[in-house]
Formats: sequence, C-alpha cells, structure tokens
Amino acid sequence: MENPTRLSSLKKGQKAQILQISETNLNTESPLPAGELERRLLEMGFSEGSQVTLMHEAPFGKDPIIVLLRACHLVALRKKEAAAIMVNLIPSTV
Amino acid sequence: MASELLLNDPRIALVGNPNCGKTALFNALTGSRQKVANYPGVTVEKREGLLSTKEGNKLRIIDLPGTYSLRARSVDERVTREVVLGQLLGESPVDGIICVADATNLHLGLRLVLELKKTGKPVILALNMMDIAKKRGYEIDLNLLSQQIGAPVVPTVAIKKNGITNLVAAVQQEIDKFSKLNTQNSIASTWVEPNSQDVRAYHKEVERILNESKRKQGCVSAFTQKVDKVLLHPVFGVSILLVTLFLIFQAVFTWAKIPQEALESSFEFLQTYVASVMPDGALKSLLTDGIIAGVGSVVVFLPQIITLFLFILLLEDSGYMARAAFLMDKLMGGVGLHGKAFIPLLSSFACAIPGIMSTRTIENKKDRIVTILISPLMACSARIPVYALIIAAFIPSKTIFGFVNIQGLVMFLLYAGGIVAALIIAFVLKKFIIKGHREPLLMELPTYKIPNFKNILIGLLERAKIFLKKAGTIILAMMVVIWFLSSYPKAPLNAIKPDIDYSFAGILGHWLEPLLAPVGFNWQIAVALIPGMAAREVAVAALGSVYSISGSEDAVREGLAATLVHAWTLPTALALLAWYVFAPQCAPTLAVTKRETNSWLWPTVMFLYMFSLAYLGAFGVYHLSNYFLGA
Repeated sequence: MENPTRLSSLKKGQKAQILQISETNLNTESPLPAGELERRLLEMGFSEGSQVTLMHEAPFGKDPIIVLLRACHLVALRKKEAAAIMVNLIPSTV
Repeated sequence: MASELLLNDPRIALVGNPNCGKTALFNALTGSRQKVANYPGVTVEKREGLLSTKEGNKLRIIDLPGTYSLRARSVDERVTREVVLGQLLGESPVDGIICVADATNLHLGLRLVLELKKTGKPVILALNMMDIAKKRGYEIDLNLLSQQIGAPVVPTVAIKKNGITNLVAAVQQEIDKFSKLNTQNSIASTWVEPNSQDVRAYHKEVERILNESKRKQGCVSAFTQKVDKVLLHPVFGVSILLVTLFLIFQAVFTWAKIPQEALESSFEFLQTYVASVMPDGALKSLLTDGIIAGVGSVVVFLPQIITLFLFILLLEDSGYMARAAFLMDKLMGGVGLHGKAFIPLLSSFACAIPGIMSTRTIENKKDRIVTILISPLMACSARIPVYALIIAAFIPSKTIFGFVNIQGLVMFLLYAGGIVAALIIAFVLKKFIIKGHREPLLMELPTYKIPNFKNILIGLLERAKIFLKKAGTIILAMMVVIWFLSSYPKAPLNAIKPDIDYSFAGILGHWLEPLLAPVGFNWQIAVALIPGMAAREVAVAALGSVYSISGSEDAVREGLAATLVHAWTLPTALALLAWYVFAPQCAPTLAVTKRETNSWLWPTVMFLYMFSLAYLGAFGVYHLSNYFLGA
C-alpha cells in the first residue's frame, strides 16, 4: 500500500519510511549548489529505507520539526528542507 | 633536548561527530595537561594535551572540532580535514586517529570511520557511552565489528575513565604496527570528497557492517523523550526557556555578590596596606592608584563572569542548548538569522569574543558575518561593572508593583535594548546590505545527560584564565597609561584648579568635550571613554582614577558611586547607560572580528554603526530625560 508523501507534511507522532531523498521534491528552490542539500541530508543520517517519526514541532508555525531517525537519533530541520524527503507512511498498528 | 623530544612524540587526532562525548574523552585522556591555542591563519581553537602511557611513552592528543564527514563545510570542519590529511601548513602530519563514536548512534560514527580509514593513517575506534548503550538494549559483537572495519575497537565510558587504559594501549600498539609495516611512515591517502551517491554507498556499507557484527538495535532514551515532551512543548517549552534566561540574570546579580564583595575588600585592604608602608612619591601613586586600583576593580567581576559561564556550560553539557536553538529558530528566522546564531548570541552575554568565535559553527558566510556584527550588542559581562556602578548611584532601590525592583528593571531594560537593537540591525543588514539566502537548519539533538563536574570545571577554568589574562595584560597596561596620562604633566606649584586639569588626560578630555557635550557628557567621562576603548570595564577604573585624583580627600572616601551622584545629573547618567548599550568600547572585539572575517571591512563597519547608534542613543536619552525630568 504505497502512499508517498513529503516528510514535511507528516503529522506529529506519525511514522514513515524514507523512499527517496532528492532536491527535485522541493517546493522552493534550494539556495545551495545543486546536490548540496541532498548530500547534507544524507550525511546527517537520512537515507533511503530508514524510518523516521515526527516527534516535535516548534512553537510559532510548527516549524522547524524534530524527527526521530532510525529509532536512535533526533534531528531538527525546517519544513522547507524536509520537503526534499519523500516518505511512505507506516500506518500505526491498531 | 626536551623540546625536540616533545616534537617527536606521536601525535594522535581525536575525531568524531558532534555530541559523541569527544571532549569528555579528551579530558579523561589528558586531564589538566591541556593547552589551548589557535591554528595559524584561522581562529579555530587548537586543543592539545599530553598523555603518558604505562610504558612511559608520551602521546600528544589533538582534540579536533566535531564533524560528520571530512568534506569540510565550515571553517571548523576544514581544520579537522586538514589536520587529519596533514595538509595544514606548519603542522606535521598526525600519526594516528582515534575516531570517537557514540555507541547509541553508531550509524553516523561508523560512516566517519569508513572515511577516516581512507586517509591511510592508523585508525582506532573508541565506542563511547557504552554503559548507556547497554542499558538501552544495544548489543554488538566488538570482535566482528573490529574485523569488519579493519581497525581496533575499544569500548569507553569517557566520564568514568573506563576503558581509557585499553584505548591508550590499543593506540600505542596500532602505531607501532603501522611504523613497522611501512618505513616511509605513511600510506598514501585515497580519500576523495564523496558525492551524494558515495554517501549512500557508505550508508549501505555501514548497514552491512552492522548486520555482520550482529548488532541489536536498542531503544531511544525514555528519559530524553519524557523531558522533551515538556521542554519542547509549544507553550511550556518557550516559557521554560524564558524563565531559565531570567533566572540566569538573577543568579549573576545575587549569587556572585558574596565572593565579589570579598574580593573588593581584599583589594581595598591591599591598597591601604601598600599606601601605609611605601614612601610618598610617583611609585606609590603608580602602585596604589594605577595598578592595584585598576586591576582590582576589574578582577572583582570574575565571580559574575564565572556564574554566567557556569550556566552556559551547564546548558551546553546537558544538551539543552540545541533545544534552545530549535525553539528560537523561527524567531531568529524572522530577522533572517539561523537558529544556530542563538548560541553565539547567548554566549555574547558573557563576552562577545567567545561569542564571535563560536559563530564558526554557522556554515553560511553571510549569516555568520551578520551574527558577528550584532554579537557586541548583547550586553556582555564587561558592561556589568559600568551598569552596576551607575545604577547603584542613580537608580533608587525601590520595589514597585510589589515585586519589581527598579534597579533590576533598569538592568533588564538595558539588556532588552541591546537585544532589540541587534534584531533590528540584523534585519536591516540581511534585507538591504548583506543579502543572502537562509542556510538550512540540520541539527542533531543530543540525549540529555547530567553535566559532568570535571568537564564544567575545566571549561570554567579556561574561561577564567582567558578573562584574567585580558585583565592582567591589556587592562593593566591601559591602567598604567591612564595613570600616567592623568598624573603628568604635574600641576604647577601654585595651581588653583585640580591637578588633573593640567595633565594629558585633562587636555584630551577638554578637547573631546565639545563633541560629547550634546549627549550630556562632561570631560571626566570623555577621559574615561578613551581607556574604555581597551575594554568596557576599564571605564569604571578610569572614572575612579579621574575622580579620585582630581577630587578631594572626601570624594575618595565616599567612594566612586557617591562621587558620581554629585558630579553628574540624572540625564547624564542615563545617557551614559544608553551609550554603553551600543558603543564599540572594546578593542579586543574589533580585533577578533578582524581575525574571524579576515578583513578590515567588517570591524570598520562594526565600529561605525555601533558608534553612530551610541551617539544617537545617548543623545536621545539625554534630551528626552532632560525634557521629562525638567532638569
């Protein structure tokens, strides 16, 4: 059951699996040189196949967000950049 | 020769992700035998420590800035790369690398190990925080892991010194093995900058290694999750942050009082003692009025600085600082700044110099320059002496609304004034002058931990040393100069006016007076502002010198605060406070800005905009308060 969405549109507490990290998913143009944002996200530990959970949203506009990556580390990023990450929602077990 | 032997000792670089406990491990390895200097050309701090092995060999340990890769996006990371690859001029290549990895976040640590392996140097993996990892259910076969990565793996618990001996033994063994293997003492580095596909390949390789090493994934710290629920709560989180900042201010003014008063009275005692045993003359005057009074009035503020830094270090060490940056990101973004700018700006409340130096973590050059330019507007601890003196003298200690002390309120307004001005300046700079995009925020949030006493102590001692050095060298030199300027040339025998009117300082002060008269400053203030350029707090000592030298015996006895009440009007005092909120009264800050930006342009911009703000601010406050107070 594929249901791809952007990491930036996850709701608090939702869990997902990373499908693809690419700057082509961005809503706004990245001011960085081409490929740089992708590389930084990868270096921070975001990689295809790993799981993310949206843990916290900052006050004032729910941005930036904090995600739990690979069930072991917390990373803060802004929604603008989180849009580069396509994820597949993992439905919570009922 | 001893120095030659020292140079031949093997040099070991300590590399790791930010927040992996690298500095704690460095402290555990080297204890107090540390040296902090700067790398040539850049201002990244170079921390080196000496370690003696059981066999009596010496190892030089170099603590490098935290990094996720050798790709070097910031100045800090570039230093790490250049030291590791032996590209830094004037530095001999390192003989080995200890890669420190957080055992609870092995993925990123191992990726770095794979990159480091390509440098051709001996690499030893120190798996830090093993105790916590075990508690949280992480398991891994260390022998298999060691085979897989082709490097020794040593579990450590930095703060408990566990495994430190094993780590040292492993390092020694690995270096010996390497030097036997190749007489040239170096294997060519095959490291190249990885592109995104390479990083993906590294991730796959890490996954494979972790699988092969039978790694069992543990769970996230339940404690951190619980605490974050409160501290990152949209409402409570921000409230707690504000309350924390407010409590820090309160502590600086109340806790520090006791040791401060003790220091004050001991300097007074020393001054009286020296005055009583020495014969009258130039030397006695230099010692008591110049040196002891000058240094004393600066050193008494050490308790406040230590209190403030204690809090900053506690916030950093506990893991809260990154949360604060997260909470502040949107607000900082409102004026075009990065959430990471919050940390340098908060540090600037203690002193703009470490604040400006800590902007190195901001990757974007424009963001960094804006942050540097506004850092000195944060009310640094050197302003406290000036604020405290004037407030104590002119603002009554009355309580309004049942709990607000007016003196505290004025102090709060002075802080707030600097912050508001900084935000406006940042906004204007980003909008019109240093236009540029906003750097993405990508920040790891460390697990909360109880701050380590020893690490805090080492950090505090380092800061205290830096402050005292500043007080001891620049300020002492300035105090001698001001003493000379205000004592010579001597007044003629049948002088009518106070002695200082005949001195260089008096001449200079009178000369500057017309320029400063519109903002309500008299010539004594003008004289104090000149040495105040060396460091803000010098102005207090300078005022002391100016008034005690020029005043009567009574004035000296009553103390400076009492003197000022009679010498200045309230609008003048308020104008001077406003001046001090903005004025670029600190040569070391300008010097650091020059070094950090590697250009004279930015310190010039800083000086000019701050001077204009100070003049306008003081002018406005002087005339408004004159109008409203009817003076």
